[in-house]
Amino acid sequence: MNTLLRAENITKEYANHRALSDVSIHVPEQSIFGLLGPNGAGKTTLIRIINQIIGPDKGVIYLGGEKLKPKHVQQIGYLPEERGLYKKMKVGEQAVYLAQLKGLKAADAKIILKKWFEKFDLMPWWNKKVEELSKGMAQKIQFIITVLHQPRLLIFDEPFSGFDPINVNLLKEEILKLRENGATIIFSTHNMGSVEELCDHIALINKSEKILEGTVNQIKKDHASRIYETELNNLKTPLHKLLDQRFSIIKEKTQNGLINARIKIVDNSSTNELLQTILPQAELISFREITPSMNDIFIKQVTGKFPIEQNSNGNNQ
Amino acid sequence: MNKTATIIKREFLSRIRKKSFLVMTILGPILMAAIIIIPVIVAQVSDSDYAVAIVDDSNFFYDRFQDTESTSFTPLQTSVDQAIDLMHDGRFDAVLHIPDVAFEAPSTLRLFSDKSINFNVKLLIENTLKHEFESLKLKAAGIDPEILRATETPINIQAFRIKDDGELITDYPEISMGLGFVGGFLIYIFIFLFGSQVLRGVLEEKTSRIVEIIVSSVKPFQLMMGKVIGVGLVGLTQFLIWVVLTFSIVAIFTLAAPDLFRFTPDEQVYISSTQILNAEEMRQQQEIIQQHDSLAGQLLEGLGAVNYPVMILSFIFFFLGGYLLYAAIFAAIGSAVDNEADTQQFMLPVTIPLILSLIMVNMVIQNPTGPVAFWMSMIPITSPVIMMARIPFGVPYSEVLLSAALLILGFIFTIWLSGRIYRTGILMYGKKVSYAELWKWIRHA
Repeated sequence: MNTLLRAENITKEYANHRALSDVSIHVPEQSIFGLLGPNGAGKTTLIRIINQIIGPDKGVIYLGGEKLKPKHVQQIGYLPEERGLYKKMKVGEQAVYLAQLKGLKAADAKIILKKWFEKFDLMPWWNKKVEELSKGMAQKIQFIITVLHQPRLLIFDEPFSGFDPINVNLLKEEILKLRENGATIIFSTHNMGSVEELCDHIALINKSEKILEGTVNQIKKDHASRIYETELNNLKTPLHKLLDQRFSIIKEKTQNGLINARIKIVDNSSTNELLQTILPQAELISFREITPSMNDIFIKQVTGKFPIEQNSNGNNQ
Repeated sequence: MNKTATIIKREFLSRIRKKSFLVMTILGPILMAAIIIIPVIVAQVSDSDYAVAIVDDSNFFYDRFQDTESTSFTPLQTSVDQAIDLMHDGRFDAVLHIPDVAFEAPSTLRLFSDKSINFNVKLLIENTLKHEFESLKLKAAGIDPEILRATETPINIQAFRIKDDGELITDYPEISMGLGFVGGFLIYIFIFLFGSQVLRGVLEEKTSRIVEIIVSSVKPFQLMMGKVIGVGLVGLTQFLIWVVLTFSIVAIFTLAAPDLFRFTPDEQVYISSTQILNAEEMRQQQEIIQQHDSLAGQLLEGLGAVNYPVMILSFIFFFLGGYLLYAAIFAAIGSAVDNEADTQQFMLPVTIPLILSLIMVNMVIQNPTGPVAFWMSMIPITSPVIMMARIPFGVPYSEVLLSAALLILGFIFTIWLSGRIYRTGILMYGKKVSYAELWKWIRHA
């Protein structure tokens, strides 16, 4: 897969603090790239640099192999976290104006806008002032304004904040369609869960530094917890006597005569070996791996510990 | 199309389409024309026919009152009470009672009316009686009033200004002072009016959070300059419409009612002490009329002699220069704060030089070549208002050019400075900004 956007060793310092230190990311073409990290990590700064709103102190950005230049603003669509419109300006006129600033001709912008407005049932609002719109409608218009110049790269900063659930679904559908049509999408959010289902690549940023980057599948594989939840019936030997030092019990409880336990494989043993140890002594009801969420992985990256491990009941051996 | 041009177009159109712009544009010239026209009309039409009955117990002044165009005097041989009854019947508007002792005790004079007394009529009666009483007293003292009157010598010096090429031009300092004041004041109003529109516009973009969407398409500097230029063009348009409309309205009135503007001399309140006007008195009357005529004529001539193209062109230049200088600063202030209330701490130091120059206009028009006038018309932050106040008096080209050059340097500097504050400020939220912080932005931007 080609890389659409390459940020190389970006550093940005403000008067009082360092917002980004030596951050590099590679966004593959036609991917949905999650830029994750807690508030204040430097995500918005990186996005503003990509949008050429501010310049980096150090580092270079390439878009489609070219060094980023002012002309590239036409190829980028940006929905900022803090977003709004001119309240007193008419909806249609405003959308055309913002499209013109992206380099479209007014006549072309109108044709594209009408398609989008019809799709979202917004046509009756074309000549209304923005202040007359509901919040949900204003958000749809902001979304349209972001995508209408058909940019190669779309950047959404906390796109779902403030959207109601219906609009969130609409937005997700449209974003997936845009990708099918060739667009590349960068999502920035501190809410790791919300984009897990959409993203195929992610980068984690914490305290101005990138701490992780890769495909979601690979990262999950790399951060496999090796913790398995199992339900057993008629256990003949207590688990802590049954299991040797290759395994550790994270949690164990008895419910309705069934034993429910989380067992971690400590060394390189396979799940088969674990099952071989257990099966002769009990009837297996269920067995599944606990997969870490992006949130868990992030917390592990930052604190060094998985939250799922910290939930233990003190039954560790 | 160039993106800055797109921004200018939006800023311009969105403002001139507002109702308030239309109202201001129409009301402005009507008000200005009214200031010129209404006094003329009022002076002509306010005096309707006014009938005054005279009851003169002394029988001495009956025939001394002469009817004027708007006031008629009727001597009555009745008592005051009867005359007042007649007035109540509507035959007179007022009754003048001159008691026997009036000459010795003028405070016993009485003027009655069932309406409010017409001020001009009261003045006419007072002037007439004053002259009569004075003449009588002069005669009693053995002085011929004619000799006294012959000694009165009206003085009205014609002032000339000698230009560098030796040409003599008639000088009208009163008119220059008036124009200087109006010019300086207009510049002040325009800078304030349109400068604060820039501030509010920037603040609106910041608080509505549209600014980040826009600066992802254009450079912050383009957005700032687009707004400054767009609003400035609104001001220029408004000014030009005002000039055209004011001249049109005055011209229409002058054509429709030329009599109103012929500046006929005021009604003469001079009544001769004797009934027969001898040749000498006729000559004197004539002289007074001529003098009046030439004063009114001078005013008209003076207004006609004003170099309007120079006035209008210098207004446009100094308005634009001053506006660019201040509007850039206002834009920076708008970008640095989060709401209108926070603008105060930065507005004060910016507006002080403007207000100071308005206060100094009075001093400058009295001494337009003095050191205060000179220096304040050179310093860019005060020069637009002060230079405009000096222009009607005629300022040497070298001084105008120097002032203009300094003003251009001034606004280039403030635009540069404001651009640095602006591009940091528009993306900064929820932070109370201090001067130290602004200085950091300027240095690090």
